Amino acid sequence: MKTYTTNLINWLDKRYNIKEIIGFITEKKVPIYKHTIWYYMGGITLLFFIIQVLTGILLLLYYRPTPEEAFESVQFIMTQVHYGWLIRSIHSWSANLMILFAFIHMFSVLLLKSYRPPRELTWVTGVLLMYISLAFGFTGYLLPWNELSFFATKVGTDIAGVIPFIGKFIIRFLRGGEDVTGATLTRLFGFHVAVLPGVIIVILVIHLLMVQRQGMSKPIGLKEVKKGMLFFPDFFLRDLLGWLFAVGILAALAAIFPWELGQKADPFSSAPEGIAPEWYFLFMFQTLKFFPARILILDGEVIAVFIFAALGIFWILIPFLDTKARREQKSPIFTTIGIFAILYVGIITILSYFVFK
Amino acid sequence: MEERNTSRKSFINYLLGGGFTLVAASFLYPIVRFVLPPKSTEAEPMAVSAGKVGEMHLNSGKIFKFGRKPGLLIYTEQGEYQAFMATCTHLDCIVQFRNDSESIWCACHNGYYDLNGNNISGPPPRPLERLNVFIKDDDIMVSKIT
Repeated sequence: MKTYTTNLINWLDKRYNIKEIIGFITEKKVPIYKHTIWYYMGGITLLFFIIQVLTGILLLLYYRPTPEEAFESVQFIMTQVHYGWLIRSIHSWSANLMILFAFIHMFSVLLLKSYRPPRELTWVTGVLLMYISLAFGFTGYLLPWNELSFFATKVGTDIAGVIPFIGKFIIRFLRGGEDVTGATLTRLFGFHVAVLPGVIIVILVIHLLMVQRQGMSKPIGLKEVKKGMLFFPDFFLRDLLGWLFAVGILAALAAIFPWELGQKADPFSSAPEGIAPEWYFLFMFQTLKFFPARILILDGEVIAVFIFAALGIFWILIPFLDTKARREQKSPIFTTIGIFAILYVGIITILSYFVFK
Repeated sequence: MEERNTSRKSFINYLLGGGFTLVAASFLYPIVRFVLPPKSTEAEPMAVSAGKVGEMHLNSGKIFKFGRKPGLLIYTEQGEYQAFMATCTHLDCIVQFRNDSESIWCACHNGYYDLNGNNISGPPPRPLERLNVFIKDDDIMVSKIT
């Protein structure tokens, strides 16, 4: 057995020079200090992504993206297909956990300033992955064609209309017409299962290659971390243990709290009470409500949408704007921004559930 | 000689670049047009029946189909019919009549309109679009105000 493996490695090495890569991986080290725990968050996000791909493919076997059949096909999955309720519940729970861990991963990177040189592009690709994940969430939300998601999609796509000049085009592009109809469902389904997966996989691979090539960042002021562990197998095995733990939590949540389906959407009924997007859009949704209908001569929404767009671009550019961290100095301004963002998103999200409802 | 060469080179470059751009544009144009859906050819209805006389209670409202869009018909406490397009002017949700406050309410963002369709509180920026109501035989007919 051993000789077969060595033979195979030699065969590949002659052609692709893979011993260089193997050597690189076996020597790679992960620093050990009090913040090492945060290095696992990206890996857990990756695990949930893999689960999304697998359960998504399974759901595709039965799901039908038309307004006549979408709700019924999900109902069929949940009531007739063996373990269908479980697969769908895992897909929904894992989607939410993936976003949650992506947030934790992102904010830990932000507070540890791991985005400073030479890892600026790792941050940029990471933020893009986050935005694509949100797009996954938005497009997937409509697919069961229930009341909540129908109106949330109406609101979500209508917001694009406030963009000057091209707003109307964007609405038509997203909805496949003037209104949210079967055309919208087919379109968002296409984005969800074809366009977004294609885009995310490319950026994800780049992101992971960058992380592997450069290794883990050490925080500012911790130039000399004395202890380190080998990435392979020490860190890798710990990663796996974390994955096992995460899968356990996911399975428990999916089984104990199966994801609900709700009422079938009816385009000719009034919006029911309690219309809300997924929790990770709630802080934006709620902020939109805080804005008055008009500010001076502009619509309140226009201003809110522009502020969010500006913040979205600012977020991508953080590694280039944080000049202190670039010089390996403490950068309290960006720490404050990070903590403020965590508090704002956290508090508004929780309040949306308990107070603003 | 040297100058002639560079100008010939840049000419070739322009030709290549321009040609490439044209080819790219000729690919992209049909794709962009394909992606944007065709405008619906279905004409807006002149008048539709929103319900029968006598089927609604006083102080109640109902959603009816006005072509492809939802409309809201209200039978007020005073026995008058009022009709509006039911699409909230804020973010496209469908409004409903509330008999407790005798107003029109949008559940999505808690916007209120009075029974004339005027936005009175919450985020809606404009009044609801008003529709004509008239009785023909025992049908409550609704049409656009022109």
